Amino acid sequence: MYRYDEFDHAFVKERVAQFRDQVERRVNGDITEAAFKPLRLMNGLYLQLHAYMLRIAVPYGTMSPVQMRKLAHIARTYDRGYGHFTTRQNIQFNWPKLSDIPDILEELASVEMHAIQTSGNCIRNVTTDQFAGAAADEIADPRPYAEILRQWSSVHPEFSFLPRKFKIAVTGAPHDRAAIQVHDIGLQLVKNEDDEIGFKVYIGGGQGRTPMIAKKVRDFLPEEDLLTYVTAIMRVYNLHGRRDNKYKARIKILVHETGLEELKSQIEAEWQHLKDTDLKLPDADIEAITKYFEKPNLPDRAEGWGQLAQWKKADAAFATWIQKNVGPHQHPDYGTVTISLKPIGGVPGDATDAQMDLVADLAEEFGHNEIRVTHEQNLVFPHVALADLEPLYRVLAANGLATGNAGLVTDIIACPGLDYCALANARSIPVAQEISNRFGDAERQKTIGELKIKISGCINACGHHHVGHIGILGVEKKGAELYQITLGGSADENTSVGQIMGPGFEPDAITDAIEKVVDTYLELRSTDDETFIETYRRLGMKPFKTALYGEKTAA
Amino acid sequence: MSKVLTANKLIDGNSVWLNAQGEWVETIADAFIARHDEAVAALEETGEQAVSDNLVVDVAVIDVKETEQGIWPIRLRERIRSHGPSVAYGYEALVQERTQAA
Ligand code: HEM
Ligand code: SF4
Repeated sequence: MYRYDEFDHAFVKERVAQFRDQVERRVNGDITEAAFKPLRLMNGLYLQLHAYMLRIAVPYGTMSPVQMRKLAHIARTYDRGYGHFTTRQNIQFNWPKLSDIPDILEELASVEMHAIQTSGNCIRNVTTDQFAGAAADEIADPRPYAEILRQWSSVHPEFSFLPRKFKIAVTGAPHDRAAIQVHDIGLQLVKNEDDEIGFKVYIGGGQGRTPMIAKKVRDFLPEEDLLTYVTAIMRVYNLHGRRDNKYKARIKILVHETGLEELKSQIEAEWQHLKDTDLKLPDADIEAITKYFEKPNLPDRAEGWGQLAQWKKADAAFATWIQKNVGPHQHPDYGTVTISLKPIGGVPGDATDAQMDLVADLAEEFGHNEIRVTHEQNLVFPHVALADLEPLYRVLAANGLATGNAGLVTDIIACPGLDYCALANARSIPVAQEISNRFGDAERQKTIGELKIKISGCINACGHHHVGHIGILGVEKKGAELYQITLGGSADENTSVGQIMGPGFEPDAITDAIEKVVDTYLELRSTDDETFIETYRRLGMKPFKTALYGEKTAA
Repeated sequence: MSKVLTANKLIDGNSVWLNAQGEWVETIADAFIARHDEAVAALEETGEQAVSDNLVVDVAVIDVKETEQGIWPIRLRERIRSHGPSVAYGYEALVQERTQAA
């Protein structure tokens, strides 16, 4: 894992001291809210419906047990005993007091964490594949590059007041688990014919009220050009991105309005000035950063193969968990483990302080001290020996953390919605809970297979509904909640934006509507192996629409 | 027409409502109800003053209905603000999952 150097420590400490002073002055009445609001936002502090909300960065979703324990401690000491893991691989606390924030930030700094750049029109937390450095299909670990981007973008003076927020995602594998095509910049690690590492570069993806799939601007960008080229993109965006209208300010709109070819040539022109500057990455720098991300020492544990087969035979729930939540590792005796934060009927992404402490302990015992947060709001141990899966499972199961539903219909992404969020039009969490309960039966979920449901409480799309196989968007109509369904979205290497089915559904009808869609899929699929998204892509909207609304509306 | 004044307390962010004594209280049940234009104007003024006194932030005058059970905000958003999240959270959510699973 990356460790802070002296500069990092000094910088974060200074920022905490600065903010402590700002909070004091605010509480004493020396600064107005108008002046204070941008300062608190720069430190990740929002005001929500019921209280302040603190958003803490988990850089590229990687955490140590010590850091997780600190989050547990904060949940227990300063909040109401839980936290919410988000689609941005971050964590949010829903009930902190303004007067406690400086202490919380100081505690975070002691474990090399902070809340800087988790808000505002700057470059946000760089996100990546939760299985980085472990997944069997990976070309290279994306985290060193994410870390290079993090260092470069942290309080970057030129890019601290962009037209709008800016999100970068990096994947190291051809199977995209980081949704790079719905980010402002998406980077995919690839190798060229000479076996050199570089990036496929995408720009202009995004969700929100105008969902757009990113456009490819480079097939192969050599790794040494990472910062020069990204800087060129940022400069063009910073200069030409619209500042007159916040709904048109993201780079996706610039790409759309300027045209890809024109924008590409502007970026290339800017890059000509930059490509030989000292932003060009020397091999030694990349190597030095890469060293921080070396895989832990993973001794051969071949005994796991036989044990696993036996345990699976003896316990069906364990077998399902293995099938759904354990993925292939670069080392054949190991697997990646997804710890579901989606218990049946639970609040997606929430974890109690005790669960966080437990995860930290287990990461030490079985997980080689590494924890990841996924953009699907689960936790991951990237390196677990097959021989350790059974004991790990037993402890997780006893603590409500062993739901074997990764990628299934109950593994729902949901934003906080109207239960917490000041911008919301409708609730998300109770909708997720009801759907989860409806489909909670293990056999039924298994029969349905891979199906991603994503729910947002307003058009800002924090819950990724545009790219859900089934997306649910909460709107307000005549003062009441209404839920719109979209079908056919996807956020992997075949990214697509879902299409709206038709008129929305009231809260007491939305789960039935979703069930109808799922049952229709089960009737229509060509084989038991054809997934929901495959069936949708083969047949289109019409049969689903007919099933839900009747012949007339579907015509 | 019935309206009450709401805000979030500066120091801890908690949702609060203005009562008849001019205090900010954490339950909507005790809120002062303005029933005519003048009273609403007075609420608005009180709100502005409280903001410049750095007691509260995000003040708003909201519509409510007076029912036998007490004050009932018209918008769902304000009902959730006054009653808390509509879903169990933290440890209470765990208890619920357990009973559902059982
Ligand atoms: C509760 C306070 C939150 C506020 C005020 C908020 C605000 C916003 C806004 C205004 C946008 C639209 C940006 C645009 O279109 O330019 C947005 C997008 C987004 N937010 Fe949030 N959000 C909140 C919580 C969350 C949470 C909890 C998550 C993760 C679960 C999240 C993740 C995202 C993502 C992934 C997007 C869409 C990607 C994009 O930027 O286009 N946000 N948010
Ligand atoms: S999608 Fe809307 S309701 Fe949900 S968290 Fe984002 S801003 Fe809030």
